[in-house]
Amino acid sequence: MPERLASIAIALVLAAMVAPAHAATIEITMDNLVIAPAEVSAKIGDTITWVNKDVFAHTATAKNGDFDVTLPPKKSATSVLKKTGVIDYYCRYHPNMKATLKVEP
Amino acid sequence: MFTRRSAAIAAAILLSSPALLQSAGAADKPTDPQIAHIAYTAGVIDINAAKQAQKKAKSKDVKAFAEDMLRDHEAVNKQALALVKKLNVTPEDNDTSKTLSKQASDKLAELDKLDGAAFDKAYVANEVAYHKAVNGALETQLIPSANNAELKSLLQTGLKIFQGHQQHAEHVAAELK
Repeated sequence: MPERLASIAIALVLAAMVAPAHAATIEITMDNLVIAPAEVSAKIGDTITWVNKDVFAHTATAKNGDFDVTLPPKKSATSVLKKTGVIDYYCRYHPNMKATLKVEP
Repeated sequence: MFTRRSAAIAAAILLSSPALLQSAGAADKPTDPQIAHIAYTAGVIDINAAKQAQKKAKSKDVKAFAEDMLRDHEAVNKQALALVKKLNVTPEDNDTSKTLSKQASDKLAELDKLDGAAFDKAYVANEVAYHKAVNGALETQLIPSANNAELKSLLQTGLKIFQGHQQHAEHVAAELK
């Protein structure tokens, strides 16, 4: 009997590995005029949670126009990634805030 | 002869360079209460410039830029006020603050005579120059002179914000051409 339990456990573990991973949620913060992490790799379907910890408004604006999220002071917002690519983005209000998002299939 | 001549040249250079934030020499470093006053004054100057631009600007981008300046500088100054209250420091008026205010009111009067696209261009050009000058002063004078760690840290945040404003202003200026 314990053997059977063990095999079920193994099967479950294998199933978890084979089945498509659940879309992840990745947090990107803007704190003291710094975007962190500055480079993020994500997959299509993942959600980015943008967290603005500053008392200043910021934006996450893709250079290629893929997204343009406005973040009022101390607020957060989410975006679901729908396109692949290496996307450079910045804050329109403070263009010295720059970062990169790599979206893989 | 040579010494006298170089002294004269040095004096000429000093006199011809913008007076902005140069009244306090390296020998007399500004004190924390003076630094707080200078930083706050610099913020108020840009807030007043933004208010003028909101009334006079024609371009949508320039109006939006002025709104961004108003919002950010008010936020920084709110933090500055909270900090001086916390530290129990009374900002102290000084020659640098006075020079800044005088130059700013002259600039406001000058810009007030302009309208439409001419105003937009002159306002944005001045925003580029003004932020450049303030950032230079923060980097070379105010931040190194600040004694209190929290004041220094607020000035460093200010520097990052204003460097952002300078780049933003440069973008807007480029779009206007």
